[in-house]
Amino acid sequence: MTSVWVIVGYGFREAVRRKMFAVVLVLTALFLVLFWLANHFVFRSLDTITPPSGVNVDTRTFAGAFLLGLAMFATLFLGVVLAVFLTMGAVSGDAERGLLQPLVARPIGRSSLLVARFLGAGGVCTVYVLAVYSAGMIITGLTGHWWPDRLLWPGVELAVGVLVVIALSLLGSVVLSATANGIAVFMLFGAGLVAGLLASIGHALNSHTIEHASTIASWALPFEALYQDGLRMITEHASGLTGFLLQLGPFGGGYVHGWGIRVWAVAYILVVGALALAAFRRRDL
Amino acid sequence: MPDALTVRNLQKRYGSVDALKGVDLEVGEGELVGLLGPNGAGKSTLVKIAVGLVHPSRGEARIAGAPAGSRAARRELGYLAEMFRFPGWYTADEVLELHQRLAGSHGGEAERKRLLELVGLSDAAGRRVDGMSKGMQQRLGVAQSLVGEPRLLMLDEPTSALDPVGRRTVRLLLEELRGRGVSVLLNSHLLSEVELVCDRVVILLGGEVVTAGTPHELSRPRGVELETDEGTRRIDGATREDAPRLVAEAVAAGRKVYGVHVLTSTLEEVYLEAVGGETS
Repeated sequence: MTSVWVIVGYGFREAVRRKMFAVVLVLTALFLVLFWLANHFVFRSLDTITPPSGVNVDTRTFAGAFLLGLAMFATLFLGVVLAVFLTMGAVSGDAERGLLQPLVARPIGRSSLLVARFLGAGGVCTVYVLAVYSAGMIITGLTGHWWPDRLLWPGVELAVGVLVVIALSLLGSVVLSATANGIAVFMLFGAGLVAGLLASIGHALNSHTIEHASTIASWALPFEALYQDGLRMITEHASGLTGFLLQLGPFGGGYVHGWGIRVWAVAYILVVGALALAAFRRRDL
Repeated sequence: MPDALTVRNLQKRYGSVDALKGVDLEVGEGELVGLLGPNGAGKSTLVKIAVGLVHPSRGEARIAGAPAGSRAARRELGYLAEMFRFPGWYTADEVLELHQRLAGSHGGEAERKRLLELVGLSDAAGRRVDGMSKGMQQRLGVAQSLVGEPRLLMLDEPTSALDPVGRRTVRLLLEELRGRGVSVLLNSHLLSEVELVCDRVVILLGGEVVTAGTPHELSRPRGVELETDEGTRRIDGATREDAPRLVAEAVAAGRKVYGVHVLTSTLEEVYLEAVGGETS
């Protein structure tokens, strides 16, 4: 077990010392500044917006949820970028560069090595996602005096969503080259986002076929379902026209939600992880 | 006590290519064995199977009696890959510390200091890997392979990036290790180096062992060279046993004999004979 933590530490150091990490931090800082500006101007002009008579919309909730939904999307996106760049070459890429062989030759076991890489990348990304989500929530809360119905869970679900991506990326790194794996994981991520948008469209059009297709995609790529569930939770108590408008999207959601998808996401990570371990054990380096 | 390395009927197939076709090999305690062969002969595949990086198609390799690739086997060996790299942001000392922790070595700072001194990197302990020359990284790789005092050392082209001084450092190191009873399997293209340090040589060609033996056993008589007042004369086909007679005959004929040299084939000649000029 000690060697697992040694490799976790190795992964942490790799993560924070790579230039890519600095790039993500700069992008994050830039995003948070822009996000604060957006909040500032939206909430400043909120008082001047008057809904048509007879339309009962809570404009502050609508604006706050919309803006925090935007922050959650950016958090997920940046978290996935970080996760993919940390793990896309964990096996094939490191083996091609000759970084992996000296480690695998040590008495630590391939399973321990891969688990450690997951824990290392997962630790960095979880801290990052929770920090950025919290920063977004605090900016919206302090600027617009609006707080989500659930404070912590949406961030946790985003973090678990990124862990799903890390598991997929590690599996891909065993069988694909680093570049091919990076492209493949980003395509899966894009497919998940499209599926989420489809769900909103299907809901608006009341199309069961589209909603059904989206539901299948949510189970196949649970990071998207977790993100949608997180969006749902920030306006869990919104009702009436406000709730309906938020559900129309693009930052409404939660068509597949609840403990089912959460448990499935954890099981999904375990299954994908087991596949990655089995493939890694058989792979020649 | 089992041999440091035992390889039996080892076979490896990559798709339609047979990289190894049933290799048998042993490296005894404290023995230094040179593995030679052209590119694609299967040398690196053999080493990688022994280290546990590649799975054999058939046959087996054992390190100190334990199946290759098992933790017990990996505890006994040090390995320097042909193509390796350490993270650029680590210092030389940190690389060794990482490998100490992975190998379960309790040598601490004293071991790291000693290893860096052995490979001539004492002054570079705090230098980052990405600031090191290729030769320095290669020497750090050799130091890394010695972490934890392994019983068997597997070195895949350890001197490929080294200058003559660096090669000499590694050669002296190998001789010292042999003196301490460490077994070494040295995969190298540098025949002169192998000839100087190895107890035994194994030549692979097309995934098979074509020649094996001590450098002395492998060498063939090439004649005797006689240096007299008439100049130097070479007697082809003569052996060491013929030397006293040839000297006596020359003296009887009134010649002044200044020297006699028994000529044997070099390892290079043995190698070229074995591989038939094959390069890859």
